[in-house]
Amino acid sequence: MGQQKVRLHIENITKEFPLKNDRLAVVDKISLDVYDNEFLVLLGPGHCGKSVFLNILAGLEQPTGGTMELDGKPVTGTDPRIGMVFQKWSLLPWKTVMENTEIGPKFRGVDKKTRRAKAQEYIDLVGLHGFENAYPSQLSGGMKQRVGIARAYANDPEILIMDEPFGALDAQTRYSMEEEIIKIWQKQKRTVIFVTNNIEEAVYLGDRIVLFSSRPARIKEIYTNTLKRPRDMVSKEFLELRTTISDHSDLAL
Amino acid sequence: MTEDNREAKVQVRHLTKCFGKLHVLDDISFDIKKGEFVCVVGPTGCGKTTFLNLLTKIYEPTSGELRIDGELADPKKHNLAFVFQEPSAYPWLTVEENLRFGLKIKRLPKKTIEERVEKIIRLLGLEKFRNSYPSDLSASTEQRVIIGRAFAMEPDLLLMDEPYAQMDIKLRFYLEDEVLRLWREIGTTVVFITHNIEEAVYLSEKVLILSNKPTTIKEELKNTLPYPRDITSRDFIDLRTHITDQIKWW
Repeated sequence: MGQQKVRLHIENITKEFPLKNDRLAVVDKISLDVYDNEFLVLLGPGHCGKSVFLNILAGLEQPTGGTMELDGKPVTGTDPRIGMVFQKWSLLPWKTVMENTEIGPKFRGVDKKTRRAKAQEYIDLVGLHGFENAYPSQLSGGMKQRVGIARAYANDPEILIMDEPFGALDAQTRYSMEEEIIKIWQKQKRTVIFVTNNIEEAVYLGDRIVLFSSRPARIKEIYTNTLKRPRDMVSKEFLELRTTISDHSDLAL
Repeated sequence: MTEDNREAKVQVRHLTKCFGKLHVLDDISFDIKKGEFVCVVGPTGCGKTTFLNLLTKIYEPTSGELRIDGELADPKKHNLAFVFQEPSAYPWLTVEENLRFGLKIKRLPKKTIEERVEKIIRLLGLEKFRNSYPSDLSASTEQRVIIGRAFAMEPDLLLMDEPYAQMDIKLRFYLEDEVLRLWREIGTTVVFITHNIEEAVYLSEKVLILSNKPTTIKEELKNTLPYPRDITSRDFIDLRTHITDQIKWW
């Protein structure tokens, strides 16, 4: 995979939070290259600092140390080329599916016709055709998260960060959304950085899987996952990789 | 394999529940043997929660009955314990006090209470946390306390509603082994509801597969794989695949 183009170059990213007499290290010198159009999964136990790391990538949090470059140029703060899907749906409850989806382009001043056409395209892509005028309270958990994904896509980010987007869904809805997200990614190639604490989900989705240690988050291992898509969760190879990663990951009781 | 000749602990006959015109459960009948570990699986939205609420007698059925040891189930007489999906320890009580809570309400002798609390603390390895409050614990440890609290009651029937739904795989297998250990040591009759088919195959002696609404039992499946189970074995995967095919909607 040596010829792959590096989009995001992350070097020695560190984050500490001040305590009364001490400092709490949450992210410890993470260096990582993210390749163009890859599906990269960040996997770590609960409370390991992966969300903090993600917030740094999205520019929502300042690192204590380290640098980040996008296409060879330094990035600091938020950047429209980097979009995010949050753990909780964080939809605006007083706005319809369409109004939630078009909100990014709207605030950037894109005219109504263009942004609606774009939003419609992604609403269709996530399978919500016919629900454009529904309000979030009228949707199931899986459908709300689909709106979150459509909204992120409608912003046309080049790099899409997803922070445990399926964490609140039941196991079966989760399987259905995992299949869905891969279909969307295959149709609309983007660089995706996907965070999860679920090893099965990581093996199903990732081209590469970055395994974090428990806090402070460090990279323990990077697994390259060449299993053919669509992946079979009960195939021998799948279960082997899952067991390998599980045995190597930290148990957070 | 030896014949399973444990007596029936719980008998459910023609259980039916309607909310107005909405027909949720349709004529469900099954038996649970004394000390059996039963898992209930079904597609999302199939009425699992209603099913549980009927077993705990939180809801009254529209028709049909539930018997425990041959008598009509009555929460005043029978001891029904429940573990919710979200950890539900009393925040103002320590771990030890939480474990003791139900036993005190049942006015058990002091000696019995202490013995049971100590046994659970030992089985769960909670010595370090006995004087901690729930807010000091991780979500998974709090859930372990709740499960310990339910087992400490030595209930006639212990119902668990997806207690490990939000846990990652490694933690889940650890907790699943722990719940099996408690079950074996204490001999409780358990009904465990889950969305996760791998979990159902890993834990159960019997699986009830529910259909879509109006819910019936689509299949009652014996699971005789020897414990501890190997999730990568052919038999395990075949069983998992079979159940998945029965409920797959995604």
